[in-house]
Amino acid sequence: MTAIATPASPASRRRPAWFLPVVSLGGVAAYYLLLRFVFGIGEGTALQQVANALSTGAIYALVALGYTMVYGIIELINFAHGDVFMVGAFVSLFFLVQVLGNTGLTAPITNLPVLLLLIGAALLVTMPLIGLLNVGIERFFYRPLRNAPRLAPLITAIGVSFILQNIALVIAGSGDESSPQIFPIRDWRLSIGEITIPYLSLFVFALAMVLMVLLQTFVGRTRLGRAMRSTAQDREAAALMGVDLNQTIALTFLLGGALAGAAGVVWGLTYGYVRSDLGFNAGLKAFTSAVLGGIGNITGAVLGGFIIGFVEVFATTLGQTRWSQFVVFVVLALVLVFRPAGILGQQVGERA
Amino acid sequence: MTATAPVATAPATRGPMLMLDDVHTYYGHIHALQGVSIEVEQGEVVTLIGANGAGKTTTLKTISGLLHPREGRVLFEGSDISRTAAHHLVRTGIGHAPEGRRIFSRLSVEENLQMGAFTRNQKEIGPELERVMTLFPRLRERVNQQGGTLSGGEQQMLAIARALMSRPRLLLLDEPSLGLSPILVQQIFSIIREINEQGTTILLVEQNAQQALNVAHRAYVLQTGHVVLAGSAADVASNESVRKAYLGED
Repeated sequence: MTAIATPASPASRRRPAWFLPVVSLGGVAAYYLLLRFVFGIGEGTALQQVANALSTGAIYALVALGYTMVYGIIELINFAHGDVFMVGAFVSLFFLVQVLGNTGLTAPITNLPVLLLLIGAALLVTMPLIGLLNVGIERFFYRPLRNAPRLAPLITAIGVSFILQNIALVIAGSGDESSPQIFPIRDWRLSIGEITIPYLSLFVFALAMVLMVLLQTFVGRTRLGRAMRSTAQDREAAALMGVDLNQTIALTFLLGGALAGAAGVVWGLTYGYVRSDLGFNAGLKAFTSAVLGGIGNITGAVLGGFIIGFVEVFATTLGQTRWSQFVVFVVLALVLVFRPAGILGQQVGERA
Repeated sequence: MTATAPVATAPATRGPMLMLDDVHTYYGHIHALQGVSIEVEQGEVVTLIGANGAGKTTTLKTISGLLHPREGRVLFEGSDISRTAAHHLVRTGIGHAPEGRRIFSRLSVEENLQMGAFTRNQKEIGPELERVMTLFPRLRERVNQQGGTLSGGEQQMLAIARALMSRPRLLLLDEPSLGLSPILVQQIFSIIREINEQGTTILLVEQNAQQALNVAHRAYVLQTGHVVLAGSAADVASNESVRKAYLGED
């Protein structure tokens, strides 16, 4: 091919490429200053809360991507996606329990190479498995309803959500299952003077960012990624280009599921428990993230995930854990009043 | 691909490149095509003219696999493609620039063209990009712009260029002149002729019957799902009822 400049990513066509990162960094700094000087939170606690928000937000962002990608391509709010994430957290839990049981290792694991190997293995097992689970759900529950009225797949998605939740309930019971926290949280901390931040938060954030950059690259730069975006914009025209609709939709579910699987692994490491109704609570917040950012928009889902993470941690920091849901949805409502399509959403469906 | 093929000479050994044999296509309960039979020889430009709702677009969609006939057959280079899905037909050599352009408005011009070559090895499409940008120099200027920001004429050029990227042997063009200024219409039709002279067979649907009959070798007139007249472009153009109905003469 001749020297043709590589196309910019979709989000950066409207604004310069540095816009979002700079605004995000500014937002994080403002958040810190707000905690520190407006609410009088100590330096250490404020920094820890920022780290906490980054990792919480990263999990929501990973799950939100699955909602937004599926919506983008078949305009279905996949209410089962939160539960797919829950299954991912369980798969990771079972895998880690098995490995620890068979090797005699105990959590936390302080040998860095072994730890990374184990986390990598958990990701390698969980991501493809949950991706395939998601593909299977699409194949058997949504594809037969592809040409049905919109409400039919939506109700089916809620049904699938209940099915997954109840399967988990039967297998694991209704309480908290404790997930091995193999990443040392108490001992491994980044010290800045008096202040310490768990490396885990930074690790979770970094891992999520790597996955999201990979996704963005795949969708933005590869042939199959282009096929996904084309299909999302105009199915029939994409078919005329030779794009197989079923394959492309399956690919979308595969990627969304794999990211939910990664989020499941990270959830276990961070919170140390999994329960059958996890998908409802965390899924609802991830869904909210996707709507907040502009559903159908990948960058928006990531942004929304982090905003929800920060808002939630903010409520918790002020000692109002019980009000965190309330605050999250007030923020959602406020944003939607002023930007009904979400922060980065397309204001109207456009067609040339 | 050979650089130029002689125009309007079909290989004597084979049948027509495209043949619709008594095709009936439905939209739900609407009987849109009621026994349409059409032939296109290799190297030809054939045009379908007719009023709105006559079945022109439906005919093209039935050929490219977006719709399937309930009765009758569609044969392309001798094989029955009546039941083949659209995304497979691109690979067999049929390109379709659909009605309303249908370009990907949030993809760049270059990405739209790459999508046109979706079925081909992405490393080998450089010469094709070069070819369509030579054909449409405006696209070269706008290669990094989003499709949706192009003007109507540029979008039409992009739609045709995109369909050419798969290197089709048969190109289906649906209303390429719709909504364009007279100068652009001239430009589009001279490009259609050029594409044909480079060896691509073209089936052209047009409301602008005058221009279509100028560029085409043969023509079919469709009316409410039936072929009511067929013949050489010159014969059809001189037919009295065609002159009255489609060429604006009275």
